[in-house]
Amino acid sequence: MIPEIGHYALILALCVAVVQGTVPIYGAAVRNSALMSIAKPAARGQFLLVLLAFCCLGYAFAAKDFSVLYVAATSNSQLPLHYRIAAIWGAHEGSLLLWVFILTIWMVAVSFFSTHLPEAMRARILGVMGLVSMGFLLFMLTVSNPFERLIPAAFDGRDLNPLLQDPGMVIHPPMLYMGYVGFSVAFAFAIAALLGGNLDAAWARWSRPWTTVAWCFLTVGVAMGSGWAYYELGWGGWWFWDPVENASFMPWLAGTALIHSLAVTDKRGSFKAWSVLLAILAFSLSLLGTFLVRSGVLTSVHAFATDPKRGLFILVFLAVVIGGSLMLYAWRAPRVGLGGGFSIISREGMLLGNNVLLVAALGSVLLGTLYPLFLDALDLGKISVGPPYFDTVFVPLMTPAIFLMGIGPLAQWKQASLPELAMRLRWAFGVSVVTALVLPIVMGQWTPLISLGLLLAIWILTTIAVDLRERLALAGGGSFFGRLTAMPRAYWGMVLAHCGLALFIVGVTMVKGFEAEQDVRMNVGQTATLGGYTFRFDGTQPYKGPNYIAARATIHVSQDGREVTVMYPEKRRYTVQNQTMTEAAISPGFLRDLYVSLGEPLEDGAWSVRLYHKPFIDWIWGGCLVMATGGVLAISDRRYRLAWRRKEVEVPAGTQMARQIVS
Amino acid sequence: MNRFLIPLGIFVVVVGFLGIGLTLNPRELPSPLVGRPAPDFSLPQLHDQQKVLSANDLKGKVWLLNFWASWCGGCKTEHPVLIQLAQSGVVPIYGMDYKDKREDALAWLKEWGNPYPIVAVDESGRAGINYGVYGVPETYVIDKAGVIRYKQIGPLNGDVLQTKILPLIKELQNQ
Repeated sequence: MIPEIGHYALILALCVAVVQGTVPIYGAAVRNSALMSIAKPAARGQFLLVLLAFCCLGYAFAAKDFSVLYVAATSNSQLPLHYRIAAIWGAHEGSLLLWVFILTIWMVAVSFFSTHLPEAMRARILGVMGLVSMGFLLFMLTVSNPFERLIPAAFDGRDLNPLLQDPGMVIHPPMLYMGYVGFSVAFAFAIAALLGGNLDAAWARWSRPWTTVAWCFLTVGVAMGSGWAYYELGWGGWWFWDPVENASFMPWLAGTALIHSLAVTDKRGSFKAWSVLLAILAFSLSLLGTFLVRSGVLTSVHAFATDPKRGLFILVFLAVVIGGSLMLYAWRAPRVGLGGGFSIISREGMLLGNNVLLVAALGSVLLGTLYPLFLDALDLGKISVGPPYFDTVFVPLMTPAIFLMGIGPLAQWKQASLPELAMRLRWAFGVSVVTALVLPIVMGQWTPLISLGLLLAIWILTTIAVDLRERLALAGGGSFFGRLTAMPRAYWGMVLAHCGLALFIVGVTMVKGFEAEQDVRMNVGQTATLGGYTFRFDGTQPYKGPNYIAARATIHVSQDGREVTVMYPEKRRYTVQNQTMTEAAISPGFLRDLYVSLGEPLEDGAWSVRLYHKPFIDWIWGGCLVMATGGVLAISDRRYRLAWRRKEVEVPAGTQMARQIVS
Repeated sequence: MNRFLIPLGIFVVVVGFLGIGLTLNPRELPSPLVGRPAPDFSLPQLHDQQKVLSANDLKGKVWLLNFWASWCGGCKTEHPVLIQLAQSGVVPIYGMDYKDKREDALAWLKEWGNPYPIVAVDESGRAGINYGVYGVPETYVIDKAGVIRYKQIGPLNGDVLQTKILPLIKELQNQ
């Protein structure tokens, strides 16, 4: 009964989405306030209906209702409750439901925080989001219904893929989807502005906080995915340039470019058409990511069940949504007009350079991801594009982008002087170069890439220091602390986000340059030494988890004769799917991770063991978190709080006007 | 030329490729063994351990070699297809019980039906290595001269059978 309620709620949600996607947009076109005002209650109603469906599916999982096909396919009676709940998004159908659920959350958020927008704008935004959700609801109800019954009911479920039975997996998909789907807001703003023909600085100002929030979620989501790959796959890597990883990284690159381009549109009125295109691009790439994961056109470690009907549906949807928006763009954008002019040496110029480089990087990732498909389609053979390609193209594109990132914030808008910038930054540059050259030698190994990585990271930090010092000097008066806090939070947000990138680069550079690994055969009591640590293998014990059995090894780690930690890597066998999993043991640290994973059992209780020493690796994810924190700080800026507060004054005026129009 | 149309143009090309991509199977890998002589093996038979099955004994006729195991889920999926093919009598399917326990394999065949005239036992997986088996099930079409002509990775289905394997067998049998 409960699953049927969920199914029914989805059907109702589709009906509401149809209304929400058509009536308000039509109302905005004919300036009918009554029709436009349907948008808000429709968005909220749709949220409640999808929430109901989501809870119904959650209930089916919690109650182990194996008469629901999806529940039987992705959970098991022995699976602990928290993983049964996470199993909602453990496979195709449920993750689509999560997608739509998150879309409706964003819709509700827009309906609450958009009272300061003109009514027509809000109606169009919610209308566009309604159209997107209509597409996804149709997709679910036609070819991927999570509530489909299995009759007769299964005696027990087939269990959740053991790879996904992990705390990271409980939060990673919702975070990632918050980001993916969050770009639908920026997209809806852009389409609404194109439809209404009011593509101005105000549009950019409204879009900015939404874009930033989505970007923060995406940043955390991608970082968590990478962290999950690191500790769960047991290979010690943190990024594999796998098609699905790329699918989440491409919207991130587009979103990062969008944040910077919106800043220019907001402050200077330039880049309008470009910002709109980026907003469309960011969301298109989110949709493309969905297509790549669901359709099976590319092979990936994230192999979801593939079904050509589903692939075709998403492709058609993709063609309608993206093709339609790009057509609208080609039709409307030429009339937008240019903003204020600027010279190449100016803050706009630097941001333009940064945008071009980010989009070029995005293009090369897209090309690398789709290249095997292109060749296959043209019958030129089967190939796979791997890390060597991506590493080769990515570093040369990011190096100038990061160089510009240091200069940009110091350059004046419109027109800056190159010699003057050079004067102001000469110390930062000198310090960066010298440190980058000397530091690796001190640490015992010099390679060009280590120096380059450190150069970029230190350059970011020193230019920030220069910028901060100049701004403090200009602020004048007040105590030092007073002057620090007087600076807008948006500025601090930028500083923090840029620092986060510097930390990230340090992490990547140090891991690539100094990591050490060793594959050893270890007998009981035998030791191995790596990176100054001594690992002693004390054999394995059998261990029984809720739905798996494992061999758990005990490894004592010592440094200079002192015991540092004891590690317990496991080799698990999940009994339902009879799948073996390597559960690596990680001893994390500020300056290094120790990482041990079990290979294969050998005779007499000996095992092949893989040991890693990974310096600074946690800085990679720490840097991402700092970046996201910077984003959060930026949207807590005073001007946004003012905007929310101002709405309370504006609301009555707005409704009054609406009433006048109606009467 | 409207430069604002460029993004749309690029997108149309990408969609075209994605559309073609849908009709392709990225997991379909060409095997280097296709066109080469089938590696010989001489392995004990499942139903009668005293006898052996050898690839060289089968020269002179077209036959299928099907790697399977009782522990393999995909083998269950393709099993009805094999049974049907065996009943049609078009081509003999020789089984290779891959890394399996004898009693499990016998019980499995008893329960689901036996499409094979003879099953060889590859307990160590050595024959599997020679044939480049990625995972079970895999099926090889071998011609009269003992040359591998086609390799199916993963379960056989009616579609592949009708469009690829049966026409190929017909052609090979007429040679």
